[in-house]
Amino acid sequence: MSTIRHKLLAVSAATVSIVGLAACSESKDAAGAIAVTATDSKCDVATKEAKAGNVTFEVTNEGKKVTEFYVYADGDRIMGEVENIGAGLNRKLIVKLPAGEYETACKPGMKGDGIRGKFTVTGEAKDVDDPDLKAAAEDYEQYVKGQTAELTTKTQEFVDAVKAGKIDEAKALFPVARSYWERIEPVAEIFGDLDPAIDGREVDLAEGDEFTGFHRIEKALWVENDTSQMGPVADQLMADIQEIVKRIDETDLNALQLANGATALLDEIAAPDGKISGEEDIFSGTDLWDLAANLEGSKAAIESLRPVLQKRNPTLLSEIDERFVTAEATIAKHKVGDGYKFYKELTDEDKKDIVTAVNALKEKTSLAAGELDK
Amino acid sequence: MSQKPETATETAPSGGLSRRQLFGAGAAGIAVAAAAGAGGYAIADTGDSGKSALDEPVKFWAEDNDGHQAGIVTPAQDQLHFVSFDVITKDKNALIGMLKQWTSAAAQMAQGREVGNVATKDSSLAIPPQDTGEALDLPPSQLTITIGFGPSLFDDRFGLSDKRPEALADLPHFSADSLEPEISGGDICVQACAHDPQVAVHAIRNLTRLGMGIVQVRYSQLGFGRTSSTTRAQPTARNLMGFKDGTNNLKAEDKELVRDHVWVSEGPQWMHGGSYMVTRRIRMFIELWDSTNMQEQQDIFARFKHSGAPLTTGSDDPKKEFDTLEFHAKGEGGNPIITADSHVRLAHPDHNNGARLLRRGYNFVDGSDGLGTLDAGLFFIAYQRDPRKQFVPVQTSLAKSDVLNEYIKHVGSGLWACPPGARQNEYWGQALFS
Ligand code: HEM
Repeated sequence: MSTIRHKLLAVSAATVSIVGLAACSESKDAAGAIAVTATDSKCDVATKEAKAGNVTFEVTNEGKKVTEFYVYADGDRIMGEVENIGAGLNRKLIVKLPAGEYETACKPGMKGDGIRGKFTVTGEAKDVDDPDLKAAAEDYEQYVKGQTAELTTKTQEFVDAVKAGKIDEAKALFPVARSYWERIEPVAEIFGDLDPAIDGREVDLAEGDEFTGFHRIEKALWVENDTSQMGPVADQLMADIQEIVKRIDETDLNALQLANGATALLDEIAAPDGKISGEEDIFSGTDLWDLAANLEGSKAAIESLRPVLQKRNPTLLSEIDERFVTAEATIAKHKVGDGYKFYKELTDEDKKDIVTAVNALKEKTSLAAGELDK
Repeated sequence: MSQKPETATETAPSGGLSRRQLFGAGAAGIAVAAAAGAGGYAIADTGDSGKSALDEPVKFWAEDNDGHQAGIVTPAQDQLHFVSFDVITKDKNALIGMLKQWTSAAAQMAQGREVGNVATKDSSLAIPPQDTGEALDLPPSQLTITIGFGPSLFDDRFGLSDKRPEALADLPHFSADSLEPEISGGDICVQACAHDPQVAVHAIRNLTRLGMGIVQVRYSQLGFGRTSSTTRAQPTARNLMGFKDGTNNLKAEDKELVRDHVWVSEGPQWMHGGSYMVTRRIRMFIELWDSTNMQEQQDIFARFKHSGAPLTTGSDDPKKEFDTLEFHAKGEGGNPIITADSHVRLAHPDHNNGARLLRRGYNFVDGSDGLGTLDAGLFFIAYQRDPRKQFVPVQTSLAKSDVLNEYIKHVGSGLWACPPGARQNEYWGQALFS
């Protein structure tokens, strides 16, 4: 897990700054924006209801503390969020919401559960109307199910090996189990509470946080060379994985999330604090497995969208395809048997090639979402 | 690459919103003040209209620049962002497609417009904005964007080897060169100059973005504070050694000299009206320089530090800045006042077969190095008609004897063929690629 703010959740925090540029195409959303007035003690949402589809909230912070605004589905699943709304500022959040019951929350001081309110969405979202988009989403859900099944199996094998003190076996299983996680990382990250417990990096911990999950065990395997203390951590990891898999499998995804997820996975690779920094698997050096899995996951999302993109913008699709080929080649170069070189064996030139190819790909995948609203 | 290349004409005239229409006139005054403060290049505010030179764009197209690219004889702006790219595609059409997009985008940005309709047709909330936005509400700021092609572009990848001009001969190794490959060379360069650094950075950033998948940034350099004047109207600015730099530079007003020493009219047709650029990242040993006595400092440049007047005038008088350097003048003991190993003697046209350069360099400070010394110097840029007859002989003699060498080190180098300007229905370098 990196600290990258992924696009799957927050489809549109970026749109805040381009109001001028996109003014024409945006006006329909702006007109229907739901005003949210946040203070240090209140969270007034102008209306508690909306029609399914893109729902726009316009959040004004009239309080003194910096605030955040969230939309949660059942079980505190984050549907969308805007962070860092300073005093006096105004930010927009656009989220795609299918019919259902939600909760809105302002978090003055950016802490705690926030000031909650009920929010109801009725009617059919466009996805549901549009058979192409629906098919894409269903196809991808199948892919995700396949990955979560393997994730469960391989994590169990990994955990068993750790508990049995079979260090070499555990080391071999570590990157394999993680690759299933990395392919669907943006989906897993929807469940903001479990993700850090499973995949948090040691450097990202705050004072007093407990270091748990994959990377804690990674440290035991590669640095401490001793897993005797890892029993509870391993059990917790397995329980967390089972829980998150259950939640993922129950989640309905939409096509917009796929499109944004495809790009989010590439950000996981190429952003300065992404996999390319070598900070993800700092003890084991198995970052290339993760990186390759991120790329595969991104490609899977595009695969599900292929029929839609083929119909709506074949030029864009073929550009994306070509750039996947280039990006894959920069990583495939470092394959050794079934796995990959250790990260420290890469030269700066190798890393630059990967970043260049992935950034070029991202420029194109980021346009895919624009084809879904047509 | 299957992308249908868009022609420059399709997109240029209509594309791109004016950045400032959206925001009204308010910011102009602030920007003018900032530019004047930073570089000492005061741009008069023309009164009631609130319009100033910052609002007045520098014309981009060849038709308005006697067939040349802007950014060469254009009055040197205060800020630079320079970038060198390696081409990573093997597909010539993809490269051409990018040059078309770049030309359109550059024309839009020079006008102070957003980059629009270059890569995608529509804007939607679901996709990233076409323009990155950091120059919104900033005036054009005299932005010029100038392209050059490096020798390495003329290998066998794009079938250009026959078109390589002889004048684009690789620079020789000069004595004491310590060039670092990762900040030298490159297939394509872009020089963006403006009075506002944010406008220059915005230009390079957006071109880089449009070029993704086709080119890869090899290195880029920010420069602040021009170290040359290219017109007589501009006051001479100072380099980081504290000396006025550009006094004896070629100036736009010297039309005949510029014609003879800057613009190309021989060699392959595609370069006629173009110019060759040499870039050198020259690190200065600032701390060493700062503890050097005034006499040595002044002797090197044979000029008074304060006024820039030649030492041979005998008085540190700003009115004498442009007086002639008297190379024969003798001082106490009969020694030449302008020493044999002084920078200006070695660089002067009289000692280089009449060769002149149009210098257009910038100061840079890239923070400090691991030892706590400033990573600073001069990003030297010079335009010329034939580097073999101009930069190469001048630098050969400087590298051999210049006392200045004790205080500097050449660490990066680039040589570029800058084609003539693009006409309104053309793209940069069209005559080279077609
Ligand atoms: C850090 C490196 C350098 C510094 C600090 C520097 C500084 C100066 C200064 C202060 C002057 C006198 C003012 C003027 O006439 O512009 C000057 C003149 C000049 N420099 Fe440099 N310079 C540097 C590198 C170079 C290089 C690499 C070249 C070309 C190869 C060059 C070519 C010239 C020329 C042609 C003149 C004008 C001489 C004349 O005709 O009077 N300089 N330089």
